[in-house]
Amino acid sequence: MADAFIEIASISKSFGNVTAVDNISLSIRKGEFFSLLGPSGCGKTTLLRILGGFESPSVGKIMIEGQDITHMPAHLRPTNMVFQNYAIFPHLNVEQNVAYGLRKQKLSREEQSEKVSAALAMVQLEGFDKRGADEMSGGQKQRVALARALIKRPKVLLLDEPLGALDKKLREEMQIELRMLQQQVGITFVFVTHDQEEALTLSDRVAVMNEGRILQQAPPRDIYERPSSREVADFIGKMNLLRGIVESIGEQVVVSSAELGSVSVNDNSQAVHPGDRVTLAVRPENLSLSDTPSTGGLPVTIAASAFWGHTTYYRINPEGVGTNTLDISQQDYRGSKNSGDQAWLCFNSSDFLLLKD
Amino acid sequence: MNRNMKLAARILGTYAVIYVAYLYLPVLFLPLFSFNDSIYISFPLRGWTLKWYQIMLANEALHRALMNSLKVGITTALISTVLGILGARAVTRYRLPGQKPVVGVIMLPLVVPEIILAMALLILILRLGGSLGLVSIAAGHILVCVPFAMVVLMSRFEGFDRSLEEASHDLGENAWWTFWRVTFPNVLPGIVASLLLTFTISFDEFIMAFFLGSTNPTLPVFMWNQLRFPKLLPGVLALGACILIASVFIVLLAEWFRRRNNSDAQTGDMIIG
Repeated sequence: MADAFIEIASISKSFGNVTAVDNISLSIRKGEFFSLLGPSGCGKTTLLRILGGFESPSVGKIMIEGQDITHMPAHLRPTNMVFQNYAIFPHLNVEQNVAYGLRKQKLSREEQSEKVSAALAMVQLEGFDKRGADEMSGGQKQRVALARALIKRPKVLLLDEPLGALDKKLREEMQIELRMLQQQVGITFVFVTHDQEEALTLSDRVAVMNEGRILQQAPPRDIYERPSSREVADFIGKMNLLRGIVESIGEQVVVSSAELGSVSVNDNSQAVHPGDRVTLAVRPENLSLSDTPSTGGLPVTIAASAFWGHTTYYRINPEGVGTNTLDISQQDYRGSKNSGDQAWLCFNSSDFLLLKD
Repeated sequence: MNRNMKLAARILGTYAVIYVAYLYLPVLFLPLFSFNDSIYISFPLRGWTLKWYQIMLANEALHRALMNSLKVGITTALISTVLGILGARAVTRYRLPGQKPVVGVIMLPLVVPEIILAMALLILILRLGGSLGLVSIAAGHILVCVPFAMVVLMSRFEGFDRSLEEASHDLGENAWWTFWRVTFPNVLPGIVASLLLTFTISFDEFIMAFFLGSTNPTLPVFMWNQLRFPKLLPGVLALGACILIASVFIVLLAEWFRRRNNSDAQTGDMIIG
């Protein structure tokens, strides 16, 4: 990529005979909010630690702004990290923590305290200078860790699940703040998380990882709307995944599945052939229920329902397919259905995705 | 509370009192008899005197022995604590090949009878043509004290988060500065504890000091020599009383330092940074 700011080229990392990172190549643009998303143990943190200089890759090369930093020690790199547990120095107060990285700049006392104040203001911690490390909440520690890293004006800020330890409300608040902060300072953020909602909310682009490999990298909307594989589709959001076989290919691809019978699908980005085993993927919000039989409606039984406030989830069981179920999320369906009730399932074939197994 | 539990509580309470009395009463006899105007340790006390303290203060040989013990104790404390810091850091921060057996070997002096170590060292030193004296005693004490220093410091190193050192590297400090700005202030209570512990072990150690010493004895060996002459015994009691007060003072000092360090730990970086 021509405008690559961080270039990760064929990086692998093994611990003993466990491969944590398996031949990953990535380009991250300047000023981008880039997320590494995956379940725990997928290698995302290892990749971040390689970027920060805390692990050295077994194979491969890393460049930042055209400079090879593969073997540069952590303390010389133009990167700074916000650690998962914040790593606030317990023997120092807030001011000393934030000023920790300024020693080599040999600032006067006034210059230093000015810089610290500005950094604390940026994370909305004005007046906390003299607070001790153990006198702060998780959210405050997180802000101190951010200020301490940003005061160094790094080219890249690495964030290792920084919101993971916060409660839900605070986490959502910090997500918005973090995004605003990133746009304000214009520093490239590389953000590691296992929370797909967080990755989709915050990022310009997301790389979905599993077992040391990158499954898909794309903007959040693309990842959500066009997952490239069954694995990604399963990991991002709620998705009904149905096994099927391609029957014929014309203007539309006709796929037969146990749950829905024959479905005509518009999507043929995967170049399938008749007889291929495929997965039909459809989001719960793209299915709907009706009380009356309509054209193309399938008779189903409600297996369970769950009220979520802005929407209601139904688990339904199409007739004659044993125990296989589909999930539906419906906002305006007022026909309060209970488990065991009958209903009709409606869908639009253009909402279906076709994924190769 | 029913009757059985009351009875149990009373028995346990009595036991606790007897236990504490057994532990400390004999120790309290030391200062008591050091003021007794008689060379015989028996009741009733004959009358109060400070003459044993005067005799003790006038005893040149005792002064030499005390100085010897202080020299050996301070040397032992410093060297075994420095070795302990290096060892504990290595063991807790890195995965080294053969780590477990190596740590096992370092810890071995904790379980090997001291008299075996003392004899082995004595034979070794004499075979190699070395001379006995304070240096050989200190060498023996260091051997015994390093495991204690390691145990104290390892728990301190394990107790503090490794990512703190990584954060320091991340913020631009190399290994040297990271040690002084992050590691040292965080393990300082452990270092102080190790210094005090190893000094105390060395200060009252007898077997090594006896086997590896020359005619220039440390305090425990000196006291043991004095005990053979009943006439000198009250002087030893006076000395014992002084050591008792000094050790209480050191324990209080250590506790004060520990508390101060817990509540107001921020000052260290102001000095260094």
